[in-house]
Amino acid sequence: MLDISTWFNDLLAGNVIFTADTLGYYWEGLVTTTQLVFLSLIAGLILAVPLAIMRSSKHKWISLPVYLYTYVFRGTPLLIQLYIIYYGVVFIDGIQESFLWPVLREAFYPALIAFTLNTAAYTTEIFRGAIKSTAQGEIEAARAYGMSQNLMMRRIILPSAFRRALPAYGNEVIFMLHASAIASVVTLMDLTGAARFVYARYYAPFEAFLFVAAIYLCLTFAILFFFRYLEKKLLAHLRPQDA
Amino acid sequence: MKKLLSLSLLGLAVAAASSAQARDYDNVRIGVDVPYEPMEFRTAEGELTGFDIDLGNELCDRMGVTCEWVEQEWDGIIPGLMSRNYDAIMSSMTINDERREQVLFSDPYITMPSAWFAASDLGISEATKETLEGMTIGVQRGTLQDNYVTDNFSDVAEISRYSTADDMVLDMEAERLDIVFLDFPIGQSTLLESEEAEYMVVGERISEPKEYFGDGFGIAFRQRDEALAEQFNEALAEVQEDGTYDEIYTRYFGEEE
Repeated sequence: MLDISTWFNDLLAGNVIFTADTLGYYWEGLVTTTQLVFLSLIAGLILAVPLAIMRSSKHKWISLPVYLYTYVFRGTPLLIQLYIIYYGVVFIDGIQESFLWPVLREAFYPALIAFTLNTAAYTTEIFRGAIKSTAQGEIEAARAYGMSQNLMMRRIILPSAFRRALPAYGNEVIFMLHASAIASVVTLMDLTGAARFVYARYYAPFEAFLFVAAIYLCLTFAILFFFRYLEKKLLAHLRPQDA
Repeated sequence: MKKLLSLSLLGLAVAAASSAQARDYDNVRIGVDVPYEPMEFRTAEGELTGFDIDLGNELCDRMGVTCEWVEQEWDGIIPGLMSRNYDAIMSSMTINDERREQVLFSDPYITMPSAWFAASDLGISEATKETLEGMTIGVQRGTLQDNYVTDNFSDVAEISRYSTADDMVLDMEAERLDIVFLDFPIGQSTLLESEEAEYMVVGERISEPKEYFGDGFGIAFRQRDEALAEQFNEALAEVQEDGTYDEIYTRYFGEEE
């Protein structure tokens, strides 16, 4: 153990910026960014499935409210949404006394809420497109089997829609990772927050931001790799067959 | 034609090189982080004002140059000077050794202590590791207060860092922060005079140790702009001599001291 720490100190010797301390900040930032992005994507996904089904409904009174929601959240910058949820809520009378305050007081949860609502809006539209583009033949075949609307949605439409949505959704995941860089404006020490801290303390924009860019690149690669694997598995039937 | 072009390009390059060596400033651009009341802020009419602004304009008048104020968020203010977005920084910047490695400072033009500010009902009378344990401390990112708090309290308290002082004041009023650490006059005019809630100063005003709190506020220049710094120093001495300085001081800080 001692060996490792002396080796590590030697490695960093003579380096003013990347000390064990600042690397600790980057590590903390990596943990925060990963948590924030992962949790908001999971929650957004869970929200998006029922919303996408509602959005593709024939009934205006079901699809219109969902359309309004996706329109607003896709039509405004995420940064503005974050400002409203973080700085805006404190102007609601009595919010500090309410049961919500322990949650809203921390910077993490307002950011999580903003990111979740934003990604849910985009994911809803991605899924809706996939649901709409279900082949008519499959639907007719399901009807011919006497499937109810629910059963058909569960067994025929959704499974094939998920597969079609996969490449577009993979992009949304990467966009979300990159969009999370704005979390530092509400004092969260995410990856970008750590980079800004190092930049401000050592006046070293190149070192601070290039290093963090490399970390983002690695994360993006991991996500790309994961989705490549999923597509290979789930979209195997679309690949050209060997003769 | 080609030859003409390359010749004129060469001429341009030579002109640029010579002007980089000895540049006479008719127009000095000064970087400033707004708002930081009462040092630099906007009036209700949107006009830029404050102690730094008035003093800076006075100095420029004496030097016979026109000054242009360029707004820049604090955490990028020194890199902005390096990348020639402006020629000087006059924005309540404390002179300390860490910054001296990056920039050239004028003589100090004012000294300001820092202080802890908290809601009156926080119930502590001094800020120590014991009393601040578990609290959330607000600071402005990249300030000497940030460095001081980070080095001394990050193991016992949570630190929230803000880009601007008014974001921090907003979160103080929202009760997200327990205590903030600020230049004293800034806390005085934003928190002590606040109508939102009752705030108090916790403990003494702080200006030691010098390695954090430095030697007063100075105007910062690029290292090679020694001539410009010298001009500012001369103008500053003149303004302090003839009483104009005191007049500006009284305008923002009253008669005391």
